[in-house]
Amino acid sequence: MSETAQAPPMPLVHAVNVTKSFHGTEVLKGIDMDVDRGQVVCLLGPSGSGKTTFLRCINQLETIDGGRIWVDGVLMGYDDRAGRLHRLGDKAIAAQRRDIGMCFQRFNLFPHMTATENVLEAPVQVRGENKAQARKDALELLEQVGLADRCHAYPAQLSGGQQQRVAIARALAMKPKLMLFDEPTSALDPELVGEVLAVMRELADDGMTMIVVTHEMSFAREVADRVVFMDGGVVIEQGPPAVVISDPQHPRTKAFLQRMRHEEAEGHAGSAVEVPADDELTP
Amino acid sequence: MSPSEAPAEAPSAAPDRPGLIDAVPVRHVGRWVAVVVIAVLVAMFAHLLLTNAAFRWTDVTFPAMVQAPVIEGLIRGTIVVTIGSMLLGVALGVVIAIMRLSPNKVLSYTSWVYTWFFRAIPRYVLLFIIGNLAVVLPRIDIGIPFDFIATDLLGLSSSFRLLGFDTQQIGTSIAGGILGLGLSEAAYMAEIARAGILSVDRGQDEAAQALGMSRGKAMRRIVLPQAMRVIVPPTGNEAIAMVKDTSLLIALPLGTELFFQLRAIGSRTFAVFPVAVAATLWYLVLGSVFMAVQYFLEQRFGRGFGATKAPGVQPVVAVGQGGR
Repeated sequence: MSETAQAPPMPLVHAVNVTKSFHGTEVLKGIDMDVDRGQVVCLLGPSGSGKTTFLRCINQLETIDGGRIWVDGVLMGYDDRAGRLHRLGDKAIAAQRRDIGMCFQRFNLFPHMTATENVLEAPVQVRGENKAQARKDALELLEQVGLADRCHAYPAQLSGGQQQRVAIARALAMKPKLMLFDEPTSALDPELVGEVLAVMRELADDGMTMIVVTHEMSFAREVADRVVFMDGGVVIEQGPPAVVISDPQHPRTKAFLQRMRHEEAEGHAGSAVEVPADDELTP
Repeated sequence: MSPSEAPAEAPSAAPDRPGLIDAVPVRHVGRWVAVVVIAVLVAMFAHLLLTNAAFRWTDVTFPAMVQAPVIEGLIRGTIVVTIGSMLLGVALGVVIAIMRLSPNKVLSYTSWVYTWFFRAIPRYVLLFIIGNLAVVLPRIDIGIPFDFIATDLLGLSSSFRLLGFDTQQIGTSIAGGILGLGLSEAAYMAEIARAGILSVDRGQDEAAQALGMSRGKAMRRIVLPQAMRVIVPPTGNEAIAMVKDTSLLIALPLGTELFFQLRAIGSRTFAVFPVAVAATLWYLVLGSVFMAVQYFLEQRFGRGFGATKAPGVQPVVAVGQGGR
């Protein structure tokens, strides 16, 4: 593969001066962010800081008002024809999203399909894969997230943690270059958080590039290569977790981390739980 | 019992702790009165059916039900028109619902106008109009619109038309009935389909798009199958209502229809009431069949929602965090 015309090799995600408003309220005020291949970046910050919005802008669930986002050298959402941007059509945008996996806070599994059907839906429908092969791959992915025995279950028959693990498998089925996680454990009961984080940790160890919006400080500290602290639609501070989390410079970062520590001390269950091999969490 | 006594006794009485409850149930006197009243009414009705001479079950009602023109009317005019117009209504209704939800103002307004018009027109009147449409358009041709302008300009004598229909002949046929009732039904189905589509969580569409599905595919594969859960019960209602509305086909006019044929027998034999009973029985049979079909459709589209409940009962299992 030859590199594109632009001389310096771009990071996998290259966002420059991204702005976004909702009904006149500016939610993102010029975000710059680079994420290299294989990096795990955690976005931290209080709710309403714009971190989820930024994540959704990367795979164009939100259209940005200003700035540019490139993923793997491809400008997202627009075709740059001699300096003039042309908005891409629905099909072209859908094609750009194929290489970007996403996991949602509320899982958003397809409730009318079993776990296996959820996982094989996109490979078959979007990439036109052979169904038998896709089913085999789906079962392998479900095994990878520790749910091979629940492959025939419908989402309503799974616990929250199991649903989120199926959702991760579903995203991985498209063999993405980049995985986006939008508060993947926020909707979970505390005792189910660990199993999801364990799967994400494995994914990070396998070299997946990940952007994770999270409130799980221990996960950010142990897994992230870099944490980005956002507040009020701007990046306040970023760097290795050892620096930002242990020794924050900006007062807003300090205040936020103090609050988080306080909450964790309130009896938030630990997250160093292994994936249960034989799950007895039946509805 | 005195208050001081109770707390002291409860935890200590280990050997004779209270066991299974064997209490005298509450007597529902009102319910029993109602049951007796209903029983008496049923007995009176049964007596009426069996003894009243105006009911001529064996010599008029039953024979009339199976006469050849009646059966033909039942199959072509009632069953075929019901199925045909419901298929047309559902297909067109879904399209109109999707148009209604379009960000394009022209599309959504067009859809609104369609619904407004066809909901306002009584079906009887609509069928009457279709039967008489030949007054305005004697022929309906399918081809290039305004082709007469082009042929004039180019000095051609032929026309760009592929297929032509005689409006009079179409308008008063089974096809005319399906068209009229189907167009009307689409207006109602559009609202039902819109409610169904709106009932699906937005996150479903987002998840589908995040996987790289186009909008159309996300709608077909993810949103509509879930919307069906909400769409099917009211559509069953519509189908049963449609069975009954086929008796309006006489407005076209078209006589190949269950009730018209039975009524014809009634006026010929002066046994008006027994044939009305025959019609009632056939409509009861058809209604039952459609309710059974609805039940199976609900089972089919309720997959994953734990919908193994009686028809008409909305499954209430939330999609969120199950398995607590």
